Amino acid sequence: MINRYNSRNIEAICIPLAALLFSLLLFGIFCAFAGADPFGVYASIYRSAFGSWRAFQNTLLRAAPLMLSSLCTALPARLGLIIIGNEGAIVVGGLGAVAAGLTLSTAPPTIVQVAMAIAAILCGGLWIGAVGALRHYRGVNETISSLLLNYIAIALLNHLVGGPMRDPSSLNKPSSYPIAQINMLGDIPGTRVHYGLIYGLVACVIAYFLIQRTTFGFAARVAGGNIRAARIAGLPVGKLTMMICFLAGSCAGLAGMVEVAAVHGRANESLNANYGYSGILVAFIARHNPLAATLVAILLGGILASGGSLQRSHDLPDATVLVFQGLVFLVVLFSESLYGRFFKEGSGVRGQRSAVTI
Amino acid sequence: MSQRIYLSRRQVVRGLLATTAFGVTAKLGTGCTPTPETQATTAGSGDNPLVIGFIYVGPKDDYGYNQAHAEGAAGIAQLPGVRVVDEANVPETTAVEESMRNMIEEDGVTVLFPTSFGYYDPHILKIAQEYPEVQFFHCGGLYQEGVHPDNVGSYFGYIDEAQYIAGVVAGHTSQTGRLGFVAAKPIPQVLRNINSFTLGARSVDPEMTTQVIFTGDWALPVREAEATNSMADQGIDVVTCHVDSPKVVMETAQKRGIFCSGYHANQAELAPQGYLTGAEWDWTQVYTNYVEMIRAGKTLQNGGIPHLVRGGLQDGFLKLSPYGNAVSADAKQSADAAKAEFMDGDMIVYRGEMKDNTGKVVIPAGKNFQQQDQELEKMNWLVTGVVGNVSS
Repeated sequence: MINRYNSRNIEAICIPLAALLFSLLLFGIFCAFAGADPFGVYASIYRSAFGSWRAFQNTLLRAAPLMLSSLCTALPARLGLIIIGNEGAIVVGGLGAVAAGLTLSTAPPTIVQVAMAIAAILCGGLWIGAVGALRHYRGVNETISSLLLNYIAIALLNHLVGGPMRDPSSLNKPSSYPIAQINMLGDIPGTRVHYGLIYGLVACVIAYFLIQRTTFGFAARVAGGNIRAARIAGLPVGKLTMMICFLAGSCAGLAGMVEVAAVHGRANESLNANYGYSGILVAFIARHNPLAATLVAILLGGILASGGSLQRSHDLPDATVLVFQGLVFLVVLFSESLYGRFFKEGSGVRGQRSAVTI
Repeated sequence: MSQRIYLSRRQVVRGLLATTAFGVTAKLGTGCTPTPETQATTAGSGDNPLVIGFIYVGPKDDYGYNQAHAEGAAGIAQLPGVRVVDEANVPETTAVEESMRNMIEEDGVTVLFPTSFGYYDPHILKIAQEYPEVQFFHCGGLYQEGVHPDNVGSYFGYIDEAQYIAGVVAGHTSQTGRLGFVAAKPIPQVLRNINSFTLGARSVDPEMTTQVIFTGDWALPVREAEATNSMADQGIDVVTCHVDSPKVVMETAQKRGIFCSGYHANQAELAPQGYLTGAEWDWTQVYTNYVEMIRAGKTLQNGGIPHLVRGGLQDGFLKLSPYGNAVSADAKQSADAAKAEFMDGDMIVYRGEMKDNTGKVVIPAGKNFQQQDQELEKMNWLVTGVVGNVSS
């Protein structure tokens, strides 16, 4: 028993690390072909992602929205649902936050901020909750419906900021009225990283305990493992589906609130900045483990943070950082097939893995 | 093993949930006290090479908005004593703030050109406050005296002048009398281009119409191709556009065998047969002017460089793509005549009485708008002859 846990832990640490190193090697070869010095590139990546406190803040700033966004895919995945509606939930959450922030603009700042957060959580939650309901009551495939809801959310955003919510003074970039400066979320003292990072970390930790250490999470994992068995055991599968979907959407919604309240100060097309799609990547790389998602988000943040210096110092094209990201993710996903190969004693480990604690 | 700690585990969970909940609220509480960052910065502001940073929202080879700016940047990179650093594909989020910061701190950039409209508020405004000694020049942003930081300036060109001339060429070339305009969003800058293009065409033949299709966003290649195809199906034989990358529109026009007129940069190589001309930016000229002013010791902060810089054909902000093979001698002649009027400053595109396409008078008789008029930057109507409506 202990042995199997140990070997699994060793695998869980060594395989991703080896995958990371291997992808760096591949990327180095790519850079050499593109005419850059691979070691110089490695040094630049390190320097601009983790090299100094100033650079690391850049990484954290980019990682912050990805943590919350990744939960929107990671949580339902434990229930066996593949939901990719993160982008839509972020947008809807942002809209909800702006609406709340503008309605209550005269209340004390703390109240306004809490209201914005609650509104975003509710909007995002209901948005993805609807996906769960469609799945449960009408049997609609959740992947497709959540993907399509992204487009609806973006259309809704464009309609609202271009029409009913539009600030007439925003001529060439239609936007909502701005939230009062005093109601904005500040930065974490001593840094330039906004509170989204703390929300993300807290949400990931809560999600981890919810899934791994509570009866509710256990029920969700059972239903994810075998839905018929769960039904026979008397688990309320429908309720579980909708609650998990609600929680997932509320995390992404909160990410939208942070974008509005800490970065843009208003709702406009910038809300739709692909954090949702990056969040899906993070969730899959983290194998839907919320704690791992925080680390993966920081890794991805670091990769994105290094994109600028690759262009400026090495004259590499702007797509280089995407090549790097793609290589890392492909290699990490491929490395999944290596689990259980090195320690042969486990029988049926692969099938159980998603349903069993790590 | 797990049984022994099972109960306490639950308590641990509850405890953790409670503390995190407390933590969140506590953090929300401190979040409302703004914490202004005061960083002492030492950006290289000597007489060493002038380091200029450019940031683009899309790729540098998009045959459009970003390529036009990248060409401008490449133009001034050749000037002696100037070093250009640039980054492409930077989204309008905290990412652009980080790019600006890195350019300033790592490369010693003292002059920045973040070129996308959406970079301005809040990103440039925020970073400009942090680095008061760096100058930020933004394309298209509306600088407000006294409200925005002193080290921020804005520049833009009246590219509708070039669109007007392209309209003249289109008016001469079209056989069916129907033109097409693929537009991103019904915002003032775009509407003004549509109107000027149409007015140019109607100056040749008052019966000309322009069908406009709004795709809804700046880069939607599939929609742009669909729009161009549906226009070709309807019998429209000249198309132009205002989207970030006109590439797809031009290629589709070429495939369908209809004429096209470019925008932002030169797209002649994409449609060798049907490319008539195009409304292009000449950012090299604009950026060279800025470099000369900065070299002469002028800055935004000391008032040497105006905060708002605008210009048209006359000021060298724009150029037209060389006429394509399909452009007749007549068309060239009237286009050149219109261009000469712009160069002399005699041309007034928006003169009363002008009606919109619903029949409402938008410019009363006797009222003429000069190109510089701020009123034109708030345009929210489509002129007679345009088929389409601003709310779609």
